[in-house]
Amino acid sequence: MLWAEYDPLANRRLAILSPEGQMDEGWRPSELDDEALLHLYDRMVALRQADLLALNLQRAGRMGTYAPTLGQEAANIGSAALLQAEDWLVPSFRETGAMLLKGVSLKLIYLYWMGCEWGSHFPEEVRVLPICAPVSTQTLHGVGLSWAAQLKGENWVTLIYLGDGGTSKGDFHEAMNFAGTFQTPTVFFIQNNQFAISVPRTRQTASATLAQKAIAYGFPGIQVDGNDLMAVYLATREAVARARAGQGPCLIEAQTYRMGPHTTADDPTRYRSEAELKTQERFDPLLRVRLYLENRGLVNPETEATREAQHLKWAQEQAREAEAAISYNPDEIFDYHFAELPPYLAEQKAYCQRFLAAKGESAHGQA
Amino acid sequence: MAKLNMVEALNLALAEEMARDPQIILLGEDVGQLGGVFRVSDGLQAQFGPKRVIDTPLAEAAIVGTSLGLAVGGFKPVAELQFMGFLYPALDQIISHISRYRNRTRGRYSVPLVIRMPYGGGIHAPEHHSESTEALLAHIPGIKVAIPATPYDAKGLLISALRDPDPVIFLEPKRIYRAIREEVPAGEFTVPLGQAQIVRPGDQVTAVAWGSMVRETLRAAEAVAEEGVSVEVIDLRTISPMDDATVVASIQKTGRGVVVHEACRTAGLGAEIIARVNEKAFLSLAAPIERVTGFDTIFPLLKLEEHYLPDAFRISRAIRKVVNF
Ligand SMILES: Cc1ncc(C[n+]2csc(CCOP(=O)(O)OP(=O)(O)O)c2C)c(N)n1
Repeated sequence: MLWAEYDPLANRRLAILSPEGQMDEGWRPSELDDEALLHLYDRMVALRQADLLALNLQRAGRMGTYAPTLGQEAANIGSAALLQAEDWLVPSFRETGAMLLKGVSLKLIYLYWMGCEWGSHFPEEVRVLPICAPVSTQTLHGVGLSWAAQLKGENWVTLIYLGDGGTSKGDFHEAMNFAGTFQTPTVFFIQNNQFAISVPRTRQTASATLAQKAIAYGFPGIQVDGNDLMAVYLATREAVARARAGQGPCLIEAQTYRMGPHTTADDPTRYRSEAELKTQERFDPLLRVRLYLENRGLVNPETEATREAQHLKWAQEQAREAEAAISYNPDEIFDYHFAELPPYLAEQKAYCQRFLAAKGESAHGQA
Repeated sequence: MAKLNMVEALNLALAEEMARDPQIILLGEDVGQLGGVFRVSDGLQAQFGPKRVIDTPLAEAAIVGTSLGLAVGGFKPVAELQFMGFLYPALDQIISHISRYRNRTRGRYSVPLVIRMPYGGGIHAPEHHSESTEALLAHIPGIKVAIPATPYDAKGLLISALRDPDPVIFLEPKRIYRAIREEVPAGEFTVPLGQAQIVRPGDQVTAVAWGSMVRETLRAAEAVAEEGVSVEVIDLRTISPMDDATVVASIQKTGRGVVVHEACRTAGLGAEIIARVNEKAFLSLAAPIERVTGFDTIFPLLKLEEHYLPDAFRISRAIRKVVNF
């Protein structure tokens, strides 16, 4: 039981893979053989490329505001890797990697941030809720989903993501309380990236850890090095197993670091120094897996150059597909509110069609 | 006199009033070192210190709920909500308490505070960052709701809000935060709450708008002027209490009216304005008043946003329609 040993109140934090890429092999679970590990690493690299491209697309005016995952690749991939097809993933807005792993295409994720509702139209079999902007509101939805599994006698587990800032909202506490009271199969996963826009984690709560908040709600919490793929993986593995076995909810605080801006609209130079960022580069979650794999002869600079190029190409293709999928059809403003279009909306839709047609005819488009 | 945009004018109003009144404190998410995501409080923490310009944990209900206590405790809190889309957790505090305190205690307590937030569409923002739900607020008794449309009014209205003995919600049309620059005097001046302004005189049609729609309406008035149609444009400036006297007087002169808002149509303020005109100037009307509004739909993501927002084209069509009725 990781939870007993890594008691956040005793100031214990789970960390396995060091920034230098060293770890005690005794920690490695049998299913995570070299091939499986390489796969997770590959997903982290894909995520990094997808993120970097998104930033470039935004600068080029091809994408709206985007919330990058830079620096949070281990927290994204190491957690979502544990979910089965039947499980639900409930993202906030910094889970591009987790969503990808759970089967949402990059095309759809890009499409959402490009400003098209079809980006939240996931395939039927993909059990992922849409990206959630109002902070922490999704935590309640996630508890509801896991509660549904319990009431229906289904087996699915729900993995809910939120940020450190999100732990300050009442919604989070109410979600935790429901989960504890009803012992729902829920995993709360906090990506503590140290910032809520400009506000540092220390300003969100006087609690020494975020993990310990679980204890007040009657279930276990654990703090892990969120830049450590192995620690994230193992904690989530146990959390998901507990939930699936009917042992109730738990909370994982992944201590990571947001290496990019809050979103493309943010200017982090106003509140954090270059020096701080430089220090953090040493703890880059990608770097340490790569060093580990290099030491084992599984990757080398050549394979990695190829891998990055391949993933960048994939991301570029997904971006092009997303752009091709953007719908500019104004009828869609009206068509999806109800199963059936009510008369008052039909009237407004017709009005919209009329003025757009007139606009098209008018010489200047204006007046 | 300096030419300022709305962000700078708001910043100046806060700085001057904070220097004048030591009870004024600012609180909200990212208002300190960052100066707010739109920089309205830029430099204020450096000037007034972290005890008066306070970065809070991320919790709107708490920001607004504790503001009530701070106000009763002797402060004049200015709570910033980062976007109107994140106002809703605080509505409980506003509806259940802030709006009611004076009345239910028969004046023993009052809650003099200001809750500021950017609102409205037109900047290609992400989901939940573009709505205009001012009608929800106008529906609540016991609070005032101001919406400036120019930098000058932004400063003057905010100073009035800060000096008001009652709770004022201050909605800032973020689309024109930086779009308009005009002369804004340094030092004290106020624009009274509850007073609309005729921003363009005319005698054939009355057009009523607020926030960023004032600019669109002025553009439409300009366009139809070329066709010989004279439009009087009224900027409401405060939606609650609403200065219907100015609107009614104008309608009595023109006999025709158009109301413009980017908020949804149904139960929007357009309906309220038309009802008041019907009550007070029905016999002056030569045509039914037209509404140009957002649709009764969720605000679309940015690729379809332009079709949702009323623009000069739609407004001028409505003006022609009431003229040709
Ligand atoms: C209820 C609510 N308030 C404010 C915002 C504006 N906002 C967006 S993200 C954010 C900070 C979130 O910080 P955190 O939860 O730590 O997640 P991170 O962005 O760091 O991943 C804020 C204040 C919001 N989206 N929702």
